[in-house]
Amino acid sequence: MAESVLLAGGTVVDVDGERRIDVRIDPVSGRVVEAGADLDVVGSEVHDVSGAYVLPGLVDVHVHMRQPGREEAETVETGARCAALGGYTAVVAMPNTTPAIDCAAVVREVLELGRTAPCDVHSSGAVTIDRAGETLAPMAEMAALGVRLFTDDGAGVQDPGLMRRAMEYAADLGVTLAQHCEVDALAAGGHMHEGEWSSRLGIPGQPAEAEEMMVARDLMLARLTGARIHIQHVSTATSVAMVRAAKAEGLPVTAEATTHHFTLTHAECASYSPLFKVAPPLRTDADVEAIRAGLADGTIDAVATDHAPHTQESKELPFEQAPPGMLGLETALALAIGHLDLPMVDVVRRMSLAPAAIAGVADVHGRPVAAGEFANLCVLDPGATWTVDPTVTASRSRNTPYGGWTLQGKVIHTVLHGEMVVRGGEALR
Amino acid sequence: MAERERRLTPPFGGVFVARKRVMGPDDVDRAVWRMAHEIIERNRGLEDVAIVGLQTGGVPLAHRLGEAMHQIDGVNVPVGSLDVAFYRDDIGLRPVLPEAVTDIAFDVGGRVVVLVDDVLFTGRTIRAALDALTDHGRARSVQLAVMVDRGHRELPIRPDYVGKNLPTRRDEVVNVADDGVELGEMMK
Amino acid sequence: MTSLLTAEQLSLGEVEDLFGLADSFLEVSSRRMPKVPALRGKTVVSLFFEDSTRTRLSFETAAKRLSADVMTFPVAASSVNKGESVRDTIETIEAMGIDAIVVRHRYAGVPHQIAGWTSASVINAGDGAHEHPTQALLDAFTLRQHFGSVEGLRVAIVGDIRHSRVARSNVALLASLGAEVTLVAPGTLLPPTVAGWPTTTTSELDEVLGSVDVVYLLRMQTERMREHLVPSLREYRARYGLTAERATRMKSGAVIMHPGPMNRGVEIAGEVAELPNALVVDQVRNGVAVRMAVLFWLLGSGVGPHDGPVESDPSGAERTVDG
Repeated sequence: MAESVLLAGGTVVDVDGERRIDVRIDPVSGRVVEAGADLDVVGSEVHDVSGAYVLPGLVDVHVHMRQPGREEAETVETGARCAALGGYTAVVAMPNTTPAIDCAAVVREVLELGRTAPCDVHSSGAVTIDRAGETLAPMAEMAALGVRLFTDDGAGVQDPGLMRRAMEYAADLGVTLAQHCEVDALAAGGHMHEGEWSSRLGIPGQPAEAEEMMVARDLMLARLTGARIHIQHVSTATSVAMVRAAKAEGLPVTAEATTHHFTLTHAECASYSPLFKVAPPLRTDADVEAIRAGLADGTIDAVATDHAPHTQESKELPFEQAPPGMLGLETALALAIGHLDLPMVDVVRRMSLAPAAIAGVADVHGRPVAAGEFANLCVLDPGATWTVDPTVTASRSRNTPYGGWTLQGKVIHTVLHGEMVVRGGEALR
Repeated sequence: MAERERRLTPPFGGVFVARKRVMGPDDVDRAVWRMAHEIIERNRGLEDVAIVGLQTGGVPLAHRLGEAMHQIDGVNVPVGSLDVAFYRDDIGLRPVLPEAVTDIAFDVGGRVVVLVDDVLFTGRTIRAALDALTDHGRARSVQLAVMVDRGHRELPIRPDYVGKNLPTRRDEVVNVADDGVELGEMMK
Repeated sequence: MTSLLTAEQLSLGEVEDLFGLADSFLEVSSRRMPKVPALRGKTVVSLFFEDSTRTRLSFETAAKRLSADVMTFPVAASSVNKGESVRDTIETIEAMGIDAIVVRHRYAGVPHQIAGWTSASVINAGDGAHEHPTQALLDAFTLRQHFGSVEGLRVAIVGDIRHSRVARSNVALLASLGAEVTLVAPGTLLPPTVAGWPTTTTSELDEVLGSVDVVYLLRMQTERMREHLVPSLREYRARYGLTAERATRMKSGAVIMHPGPMNRGVEIAGEVAELPNALVVDQVRNGVAVRMAVLFWLLGSGVGPHDGPVESDPSGAERTVDG
């Protein structure tokens, strides 16, 4: 019954570079069955994608689904729909839910919720019980269910001794520890980047050093333990420099940067809108430049969104009381294209290939667009311009900081395991 | 002064362009003396009389009247100034800022107060002035002296002493200066 | 409607308008009947999420002397305490028909947020460590009254600049009026950076004491000790307190100011607060006149902040020239 789908006339960009070929997908096997020039249209549902890019589906290693516990802000289903609309075929859900994802039971719940979602939903696991930074969580039990990334995201593991043990323990499980780098003793009470703007606005700030000290510590612990470490949402120039040096030294480190940290600065906080409150905070122009440079030279492996839905009410609190976080899944690709000045092949590396590897899903996602490979793809119209309307989103929340921005580049189709889950920019499920 | 200059230029006002001179310096002088005589005559002397000029146009005129009375009668009549901005009935409808600070250094209660203004037009400024004066005390009676009565009254108010009755069009503007009175219009 | 959210937003012309109005209202306040009908029919709400009896009374007195109706929103006793959001509170009181909201909040930026949710004028009566524009206006007005002009005055602002909305507003306003402002505080009580501020900085009060025209003391909150910002009140007093001895070393003609409430014996010695050159009482008195000026300017003058569209006034010329 299900006929094959032909993406005709597009330009494929994957690990092998850029080429003008058609792609035939079999929805039954969920695989690419044919990839080549001028494929026969007979017997296929043909989608003319001329002028568009056909890319491996994007992978986001850093998404907050809010389920279980904060379903008024987002659910696995709505978050995954945002992801699909943004061109993502796999995401890693962060563990700061209620209860936290710190044991097999909660992992199972999240994975179960994700089974029908329009995007592959992988669960991370907490490093410590209830993300409290005191007791190691049962990482092996979670790893057995497929968890490949462990983090207390939303908080850093403060105790260096505990972090060392976690890294030693995790090294044997074939998983990666990821860190939200923020030293509480320096960051506590700070609600934005400490500097010129915080001084003027009278909002208590947190210094860049609150992040950098933990980046430095974890790089040292990686050297000490030999365990892999993934630095989440790198936001300062010094953090980028430290990661660059660690990589040069050969330490097993990877890093991600969020879209907002290469598109927005702390000057945005002058509006006092909590839409611009995020952790780590928006930084300076120089930091933004350093993030862009780090993404350009590969110091920063991956673009992440840190998609963090919050209800309208919570984002109407006073700046200092509002929770940090912004939506990101539906705008990330266009922002990466518009603000990074990278060749498309590098955009694909940062947003699909590298995050797939970090998330431990590189056998299924971020694959070459070639016959026999899993058909997890997104199709991008690079010329389409659109204006971000916060009310037009698949999210239950509206806390995008980009409302009113005109972006270039729009995802038109997303293919998940051979099934078109987004067609013509509309989510089909 | 900067204040006043700013307010005479758009969007607050415009530039006054004179078309016709209706009183010269001597005419104004004669009118002041005549009104001073009338005030003395009407009040049978200057006992309990005080003069209050309305900010800003009425203030120099009030002082000239006071001097004239002193020369005629040898009495020093107290002279004050009154700003009516906070009593106007068009507050919130158009720019209203006080021209100057009110200065009434004498007790109004029981006195005959002669309000002085340069031009009497709609009567609304005088209405506001009556309210403002009431807040300073209960005068025995209030009289009104103006250099020019140009008509177009919108309230039942009439002057007791007039320098000159001057028929005007509504859109015309009367400018009273030290050295005379001009009729003209505002250019935006 | 327009709002007064910061001292920084004010142009020189606007400050001049406000001072002119305050002169007039000072005269009104000195009358036996210190009340004018200027804002009859206008409703002003005071919405103090953080207690400040002095500031609230000053605003409410100002509004009443302008004949406005005044509503005091009892935050502590209201649904705000039962979890009602600020936005819902604003929308509720706006529905009752109001013209201005005077807001005090312990967090920076709340008046900005409120201004986005209401068409009433919003007056910032202090937001967190951000701004307190009417305090700066009354301080500058007091200096203008005392010295004739603010231009060229050397002003030392002493104490907890970091957490002070008064300091931020005064820096903006006094500097724009041509004063030379020096911030006097240890590094812990200065903002993280003062780069770009129109000020100089020193950590030693004694360095500037003999050369400034104004010593402006900030309130030293005792909880700062617990935050490791100063070792002890004793050490703070020793370095930054305006003691009787220090007061004798001030330049001749120099004045002492304090936004209140004073911690006598901490930032200011009890007897120093009573010196004839301490303008604290003038500040309070002028506060009412300046707040009358702000309320009238926003609600009654038809002028208001100059950046907004000024109502065109075909008949204004007649009034100006004809009196």
